[in-house]
Amino acid sequence: MKLLLEHAHVEGIRYYDTYRKHGGYRSVEKAFKMTPEEIVEEVKKSGLRGRGGAGFPTGMKWSFLAKPEGVPRHLVCNADESEPGTFKDRYLMEFIPHLLIEGLIVSSFALGSNATYIYIRGEYAWIVDILEQAITEAKNNGWLGKNILNSGFDCEIYVQRGGGAYICGEETALIESLEGKRGNPRIKPPFPAIQGVWMRPTVVNNVETLAAVVPIINNGGEAYASIGVGKSTGTKLLSVCGNVKRQGIYEIDMTQTVEEFIFSDEYCGGIANGKRLKACIPGGSSVPILPANLTLKTAKGEPRYMNYESLSDGGFATGSMMGSGGFIVLDEDQCVVRHTMTLARFYNHESCGQCSPCREGTGWMYKILKNIEYGKGKMSDIDLLWDIQRKIEGNTICPLGDAAAWPVAAAIRHFRDEFEWHVNNPDEAQNRNYGLAHYADPIHVPASA
Amino acid sequence: MSEQPKFKVTIDNITVEVPVGTTILNAARMIGGDVTPPAMCYYSKLEGSGGKCRTCLVEVSKGSEKDPRPMPKLVASCRTTVMDGMEVKNITSEKVLEARKGVVEMLLVNHPLDCPVCDQAGECHLQDLSYEHGASTTRYEFDRRTFEKEDLGDYISLHMTRCILCYRCVYTAEQLTNKREHGVLDRGDHASISTLLGKSLDNEFIGNVIDVCPVGALTDKTFRFKNRVWFTKPVDAHRDCPTCSGKVRLWMRGDEVFRVTARKDEWGEVEEWICNDCRFHKKETKDWIVEGPSKISRHSVISQGHYVGVKKQPVLIDKVIGKDPKLLLDIHSISDVNRPEVELSKIAGPARSDDFKNTGK
Repeated sequence: MKLLLEHAHVEGIRYYDTYRKHGGYRSVEKAFKMTPEEIVEEVKKSGLRGRGGAGFPTGMKWSFLAKPEGVPRHLVCNADESEPGTFKDRYLMEFIPHLLIEGLIVSSFALGSNATYIYIRGEYAWIVDILEQAITEAKNNGWLGKNILNSGFDCEIYVQRGGGAYICGEETALIESLEGKRGNPRIKPPFPAIQGVWMRPTVVNNVETLAAVVPIINNGGEAYASIGVGKSTGTKLLSVCGNVKRQGIYEIDMTQTVEEFIFSDEYCGGIANGKRLKACIPGGSSVPILPANLTLKTAKGEPRYMNYESLSDGGFATGSMMGSGGFIVLDEDQCVVRHTMTLARFYNHESCGQCSPCREGTGWMYKILKNIEYGKGKMSDIDLLWDIQRKIEGNTICPLGDAAAWPVAAAIRHFRDEFEWHVNNPDEAQNRNYGLAHYADPIHVPASA
Repeated sequence: MSEQPKFKVTIDNITVEVPVGTTILNAARMIGGDVTPPAMCYYSKLEGSGGKCRTCLVEVSKGSEKDPRPMPKLVASCRTTVMDGMEVKNITSEKVLEARKGVVEMLLVNHPLDCPVCDQAGECHLQDLSYEHGASTTRYEFDRRTFEKEDLGDYISLHMTRCILCYRCVYTAEQLTNKREHGVLDRGDHASISTLLGKSLDNEFIGNVIDVCPVGALTDKTFRFKNRVWFTKPVDAHRDCPTCSGKVRLWMRGDEVFRVTARKDEWGEVEEWICNDCRFHKKETKDWIVEGPSKISRHSVISQGHYVGVKKQPVLIDKVIGKDPKLLLDIHSISDVNRPEVELSKIAGPARSDDFKNTGK
């Protein structure tokens, strides 16, 4: 089932003429015959959930937008995709930039935003050019600018580059950064829907979310809602990396089991080099890691599906999260301690330094994990790690503290024996850089589904 | 004039009525005593401050009368406004005390604990906080982070290692002076207070950053290593100053003025900002009209024995736990010295023999 990537591989789809030939900008024509309220209603009906990680219903977010008289409103597209393991937005923007522009025009019309911003991460330098070219093309063909399609609605899209900070993917930090300030997350409330960019009502949405508005308008909200299962409607882009045969971007309708997704030839094609599955991080680096048995089956023994509800089945004790769709697969040769250390280093580096638990705690966790990984750890360090992550989680302004705490918590919860092995075998832990393969036998999983 | 609408909020079983828009922290400060959460970064005189240190976290067990759901996470009381009928747990919540202990531990992880040579010692908020809420030992076994030394000019000395990144000085410079020259560079645990290209801070009111600093990161260079604060005697004084209010606190030893600071209230916040001229240049007794000894909290090491006229924090423990606290040992029952009719808690400051002689017979 492909909605977003339907035409992604058509030659020249990056350019306006080809995109238009393949049905591009139809949704704008349709949307401008509707009222903004009808569009919001349609998005609500579609059951579309935010694709940036938290999975908050988009229609509801839009209806929260304050509409005071005489105050401009803004739509901001969050293209600051910096979560390790996630690269779906990059693909979307690089191959079919017009889909995003189209979604932005429709959404801007629905929300009444005359100035819409794309905040893109600094490292995506070449995509800025692609987007700006797409915007120019759209403008030349009358889809942007003054009085679009004689509707009386004006809209401009501006691309703003970030400076390379993970924290600026958090919506309030993104807003601060967009305003030209230091990218520190704001304290909520007030929420961006009330006071966002320049203290004006603002909606911040992920690239994929805004792109999904296009098929919703084209086919209708109900048609979109009929795809998928339960509250996980529509299609989801997944960026798969790690030890699978075929890494890359997949668009799924969230009805597959995890087992099918990893092992079938239609998707990832199984674990590379004939190895076995050890663990999986289903939604980008900040969601809890799951061991092989819990990846494929929930704690109740039911098969786990690739959707919001099933992946979070069992809470954090035996489940994980859909997150942003950065699907990372670890085979039996990968060392969970080293993996956790790498993530801890990342969060230590990316903490903005506002709240004390996150600022000091992330560095502390990284140092302890480094000690354990290099054979200098003590048994008590594992409990200390657990205690530190507990004191960070939930006690910070923004979710970065949680994101730093969850992977460490899950790694200790599910792979404590590996941490203990590192403590008990310091020499071996020190001598090997990676691939502490055969001490903790991974759960046996059939090679193909 | 119409009555301002008021909200009822219950903090640790004590109910107060506060104006709409008051934060939980300020409502708790109206009650005073133990139910007031500590605040390291919030400063009522600085707009936008607060929410960063996380020491003032409280549990909201009932959102409001209309929506009685509890808040899912602990909230920063300095930035959360009260709702009507809100119920807040501070010292009665295990969760809060544990989280606060965690925050204090985090704040101390990279703090050098060089109190014996720190000019702030004795009036340091972090000292108070860790004494009250922290553990006596640390579990941190690594090198503490260090910074390259930076010179901020002739008046202010910066010890970045002691900084807890409360951002108070940044807000002070932003809101008090016409041009902010320092700010926070870098991010995470290597973030530091700094000026661009090593500029010095020389604004007329920039000296106030010393007063707002909760720790010894920004200290007075003209007072550096001159004396310990608890050896100097705080005296309220004023002068006719063309730029500021001129109401200051002199820190004296004998007739010598060692240091000039702004007057601080019971929460350690500056009452009125003072200018650099008053702070750094008027160090003679003849420059000032002395009003009398300052009122310092009875729990402070400063001003030992000078407790006259001090506003005492209310003792509220009976209200918080809903009954009189059980005494482990009633001193009156076994002591011949203390007479039972003398209420010890009524005596201001340490008891003297006069206190016992004059009561009763």
